Amino acid sequence: MNRPLPEDPMIRSLIAQAKRAQVSRRAMLAGTGAGATALALAACAPASTELSPAEDNSANDPNLNWANWPLYIDEDEDGNYPTLVRFQEETGITVNYLISVDDNNSYFATVRDQLALGQDIGADTVCLTDWMVNRWIQLGFTQELNKANIPNADNLIPSLQNPAFDPGRVHSLPWQGGFAGIAYNVERTGEVRTVSDLWRADLNGRVTVLSEMRDTIGLIMMEQGTRIDADFTSDQFNAALDVLREQVEAGQIRNVRGNSYSEDLVNEDSLAAIGWSGDITLLNLEAGYEKWKFILPETGATLWNDNFMIPIGSTRKANAEKLIDYYYNPEVAAEVAAWVNYVTPVNGAYDAALAIDPVLAENKLIFPDDETLAGVQVFRGLSAQEENEYQAAFQAILLGA
Amino acid sequence: MAFTAFSGTAQAAEPAVRKRSPIALLLLLPGMFYLILFFVTPFFSLIITSLQEPDPLLFGEFNNAFNWQNYVIVIETYWEQGLRSIGFAALATLFALLIGYPLAYFIAITLRPFPLLQALGLVLVIAPFFISFLLRTLAWKQIFATEGPVAGILSSVGILEPGTAITGTAFSVVFGLTYNFIPFMVLPIYSILATFDLRLIEAGNDLYGSPATTFRTVTLPLSAVGVISGTLLTFIPAVGDYINASRDFLGSADTTMIGNVIEANFLVLSNFPAAAALSLLLMALILVLVGFYVKRSGTEDLL
Repeated sequence: MNRPLPEDPMIRSLIAQAKRAQVSRRAMLAGTGAGATALALAACAPASTELSPAEDNSANDPNLNWANWPLYIDEDEDGNYPTLVRFQEETGITVNYLISVDDNNSYFATVRDQLALGQDIGADTVCLTDWMVNRWIQLGFTQELNKANIPNADNLIPSLQNPAFDPGRVHSLPWQGGFAGIAYNVERTGEVRTVSDLWRADLNGRVTVLSEMRDTIGLIMMEQGTRIDADFTSDQFNAALDVLREQVEAGQIRNVRGNSYSEDLVNEDSLAAIGWSGDITLLNLEAGYEKWKFILPETGATLWNDNFMIPIGSTRKANAEKLIDYYYNPEVAAEVAAWVNYVTPVNGAYDAALAIDPVLAENKLIFPDDETLAGVQVFRGLSAQEENEYQAAFQAILLGA
Repeated sequence: MAFTAFSGTAQAAEPAVRKRSPIALLLLLPGMFYLILFFVTPFFSLIITSLQEPDPLLFGEFNNAFNWQNYVIVIETYWEQGLRSIGFAALATLFALLIGYPLAYFIAITLRPFPLLQALGLVLVIAPFFISFLLRTLAWKQIFATEGPVAGILSSVGILEPGTAITGTAFSVVFGLTYNFIPFMVLPIYSILATFDLRLIEAGNDLYGSPATTFRTVTLPLSAVGVISGTLLTFIPAVGDYINASRDFLGSADTTMIGNVIEANFLVLSNFPAAAALSLLLMALILVLVGFYVKRSGTEDLL
């Protein structure tokens, strides 16, 4: 300060005091560091191990946030969701449909801190894949479903009623399911019947596989004769991993991708791929003819389901249950299945679909018959340690590390 | 060493304006508060996370510890991806400079008599920012597709064997990085050259300097500040970039960069300590490299 101090003695003494109190740079830095460490520690503080569900306020709060994957519900040309619009008219509940799940792992990484504290994650119901549901249930991140509010849950097909990760479906109910199998471009390559056909010389560098470990490794394991729904060993898993590593390193597999594998098929970077059933149906629809053929290898294909769950911090559980109940109505389920082309878990949807679109109802990839289901397996639940070990080994191949 | 590179000159310039006043402190308060909350706290949180050890019972949970071996493990596992990141970023910076400098020179000096064209040139440099970075990178993936236009032309003139993959190679990743960061190179150089006194070039000619000599001894040294800030603005984000090298964009398993490794550890493997340790190592590495570069180039007053 170059200007003279004010006349008022009170203010003079205040300024003098302030000057004396001025902190050195070092003290300032130390203080900042200590404060920040305290803040950071507070932020990392471990959550209480016992989580209790948030209190249900549905009666006073006619809203619902639903987090789901892209292209996973019926949509009209104006971008509305017809079945959801009807649900809102029928119940008076305003549904905020969030397309916020692009990947099980990254969605989990985004919300896990709030879940661990029992807080609202901005979604009152979310649809995730079996193995991720397993993790949520084990960590206590879900609320129990009140089946009295979901009478239509009786329509769940028997084969999905008692999965290992949720016997009796206490915490979860399937939304849609699908198969991972092999898709190939019929115009550019000969018939592909098995996983090892993908390693053919004419497909060198033109094969894409999924970055979803259970699907890619699952298909390879089944071809090696390992049952993925039974207690396979690490050695059996690693044998499949070796095949993948070898083919990636040799350049036979051009790339390992998530949802974007379908772009590779369209621009013909890839002529064959391990992919998901519904996508290929949609691609052919866009192409206008059956340009890609989707097959379930004879040695076995994987079956997975995405399941409704109610996160621990949601205060709109009853609303979410109403929504689930609505989608377990066979007519509604058939309407959704006709649009998304995935497997519906609802009994009676087949008969409803026969009335809407008989050709669709005969599509074994949407309404699988017993024979189709006999040829597919669900990847068994992994223990935390196995999950850790297998995923690390799989990612090492993807990262080239 | 890196730290002194940043602090030396700032201190020297300070005494003239140094004023001690409670009002200054008061005015600093919001900024300090912001920095503490949004930079210092996450930074310390990152340090704490990087030293955590896995919970023996609960998957995906980690306990505070002093597990410095995390750093050793990530260096051992991912040193290759780290070196590759520096190499790719350095190449991209070099190419961006080779393309960006003439462009900036053209807009700032050649077009100076035509203000309208100059403005148009600048708009063209900035225009790509109006379209999402992700969309543009995806567009390159389509352009470089095996059956796409570039591969088609190259293979028809016999440079490329038909069916060769362009995406997923070092070329496509470095290309993507260069393309995406060129504006960050052009703009700082342009801003220096835009106010460059053309009479200095005339003076150089009057003193019998050839155009090349004049450029080397007059224009280039005077625009060095722009070149250095351009290279820093390109290099620093390019090292940590994880879009171009991502499997879903222009990269593959052979071109993984450190950003992809951090992403995988954080989002897929839930190995937060490894991701945090890698982030801190990346920060330290960039700080050392940049500090060294700034010291060597002798333009410390830049920072």
